[in-house]
Amino acid sequence: MLRQLRSSLQAVIMLTLLLGLAYPLVITGLAQVLWPHQANGSRVEQDGRLVGSLLIGQDFRDQERYFQSRPSASVYDAVATAASNLGPNSRRLSLEIRQRLGAFLRREGPYNPGLTDAAVPADAVTASGSGVDPDISMANAAIQAHRVAAVRGLPLAAVMRLVAEHTDRLAGGLFGPGSVNVLALNLALDAARAP
Amino acid sequence: MTASGWLQIGLLLVLLTGITPLLGGYIHRVFGGERVLLTHVLGPAERRLSALLAGREPAGQDWKGYAGSVLMFSAVCWLALFLILRTQSIQPFNPQGFRSGPWDLSFNTASSLVSDTGWQFYAGDTTLSNFAQMAGIAVHGFLSAAVGVATGIAVARGFANRSGKELGNFWVDLTRALLYVLLPLAIVGSVFLVSEGAIQTLAGNVHLSTLAGGSQTLALGPVASQKAIMLLGSAGAGFYAVNSTIPFEDPSGVANFVQVLMILAIPAALTATYGRMVGNRRQGWALYAVMLAMFLGAAAVAYPAESRPSPAMRAAGAHGLNMEGKEQRLQASDSTLMAVAATAVGNGSTNAALDSFTGLGGSIPMANMMTGEVIFGSVGSGLFGMLLMVLLAVFVAGLMVGRTPEYLGKRIEAREIKLVTIGAIAVPLIVLFMTAWAISTRYGMRSIFNAGPQGFSETLYTYTSQANNNGSAFAGYVGFSQPHAPGNVGAAGVTFADLAGGAAMLVGRFLPMLAALAVAGSLSGKRTIAAGEGTMRTDTAVFAALLLATISIVALLTFVPALMLGPLVQALTPRLF
Repeated sequence: MLRQLRSSLQAVIMLTLLLGLAYPLVITGLAQVLWPHQANGSRVEQDGRLVGSLLIGQDFRDQERYFQSRPSASVYDAVATAASNLGPNSRRLSLEIRQRLGAFLRREGPYNPGLTDAAVPADAVTASGSGVDPDISMANAAIQAHRVAAVRGLPLAAVMRLVAEHTDRLAGGLFGPGSVNVLALNLALDAARAP
Repeated sequence: MTASGWLQIGLLLVLLTGITPLLGGYIHRVFGGERVLLTHVLGPAERRLSALLAGREPAGQDWKGYAGSVLMFSAVCWLALFLILRTQSIQPFNPQGFRSGPWDLSFNTASSLVSDTGWQFYAGDTTLSNFAQMAGIAVHGFLSAAVGVATGIAVARGFANRSGKELGNFWVDLTRALLYVLLPLAIVGSVFLVSEGAIQTLAGNVHLSTLAGGSQTLALGPVASQKAIMLLGSAGAGFYAVNSTIPFEDPSGVANFVQVLMILAIPAALTATYGRMVGNRRQGWALYAVMLAMFLGAAAVAYPAESRPSPAMRAAGAHGLNMEGKEQRLQASDSTLMAVAATAVGNGSTNAALDSFTGLGGSIPMANMMTGEVIFGSVGSGLFGMLLMVLLAVFVAGLMVGRTPEYLGKRIEAREIKLVTIGAIAVPLIVLFMTAWAISTRYGMRSIFNAGPQGFSETLYTYTSQANNNGSAFAGYVGFSQPHAPGNVGAAGVTFADLAGGAAMLVGRFLPMLAALAVAGSLSGKRTIAAGEGTMRTDTAVFAALLLATISIVALLTFVPALMLGPLVQALTPRLF
């Protein structure tokens, strides 16, 4: 009994040092040397100023010049991350989705004549799991491209080319359907205007 | 549903089936004390740690001795973690200056990690310091997983032993599980996750001004090193409240695929280890086949269910996949795959909000857990849980044909069956009792978030997950409240939910474990009878089917009424609540 207690105490102390300090510190060291960009949060800059992380979505609402992120249940808060957690038969969820659908059509409709409910991609009207989903679907981006091109006075083809450049289609879509990184795309748009 | 989604599931199963004998064989050599490649590097460290804990000449322990060590070690672990959580404010690596946790929430969290559950009533990113994450949460993700592996191996030894009552030495097994299995895989896994984009830093939060001119704060920390062990060791606690949903934990489709593989790898491999230990690899494959069949069945129901709009979407006029609570890079395919894998294995990892899954899609994770976490199951405990079900199946078959049941040539008698029954019934009883208590009193009402049947589903999910040591959640169900203030100032636990859940996790962990060790002790060294004409073989497809039927019938009889009240009723109606 006492012998077991002594072994338990020794084990917890030794193993906490090994697994709780040595292990994460070694991994941190390795990560910082091998992949510092990723390890520190895939940060991106614009004109030398830190503007965000490629992996964390941002709030572009009311910014017609930019592609819009997916709706967020946490108001794009990257610290208190959250999904809506509303159930599949939730009346509240249904009302929220209807509002988002209306807002999407009001925003994109003028630039996409004939846009209907059925053509609005699901990712544009549902809140993401983390609240900070950095991506939108290709269909969503293709609709928004019309607005962005019109507002910025760019040819649609040029905007669509940027969309394609910032679409991630790994292994021919085996690991996902292809997603467009909104922040990277918007940064590219700003850069395209500059010269 | 897409062809590529199914292709991914197929690829996963092919890879898993390929890895199982390799990793299983390696684990068999490690616990047999044979030399492996890593012995050159780790041999000295292993000998020193073993000698410190078990003495120079480690003595074999019978089941009671082994169980005593498990319980004592787990108790000390629990206390250590509880103390870390309660004294966080005076510890280092606390860049946000977080305060210590409330007592009831800390009780739940300590119980969660020590039982290898990974249930998160706490929100790691907004209440835990880097020190509490590294030296507390992550360490006990390692230790409880190692306890699971060691116990699983000890139980398998009992089944295999032709003579003697010794199940091995807990301290030797613990050391080997950590140094040779969990730590090396965790190192490789975490470095891979960083390369894909998972973060790993000790820096504090970064405040920045966004492209559109708003302000944003990035919560950073040593994520990858913790994520890796949480995936491999079945605890599954996330660094962030939303677990793998946030790209900092699960950055890409490729990373997600590897994460699912990491969840399944060790629990699947242990079937092959078991086959080698009992001297008949087909016995291991039979268990693997049953697990795989149930896994496939679950995926085949859940994936199509999530590939349709939910009733809430339909009523709003929206089309497409049920994307509420899912991430664009993961979609319905990767989200259901992890949901199915993580609930088949007792792993709390999740990359989508399960609370927002459709009625049918959400019933699958629940049903997976309700089998008693034997579809692969948590590391080690999945194996001994399945072995208890094997004895039950053998017993049922024996009753049907009127023969004394036997397994591996050993007679299964009243003592074993009594213990099996305790092991198999304890957890469902806790689930149903706790759910009934929570749903019928005002104590449990405080935690419910959704209206209508989903509120019941949340409650059922909560206690199913905790008592079965899974850790995934219908996360609307709350166990603590946190006002919008820096740090966890003013955070308070929901006492009933925290204590009831914590108790469910502890009893759900250690009662079946003791029953399994006792069965192993009883079978160890039992006289074997040579197989004859009338012996029922247990390494055949027929037996696998019988085992599958036994598990399904036990789970269905116990839980279908409860499932009907929550998720299934929502699957059957377009009504909104």
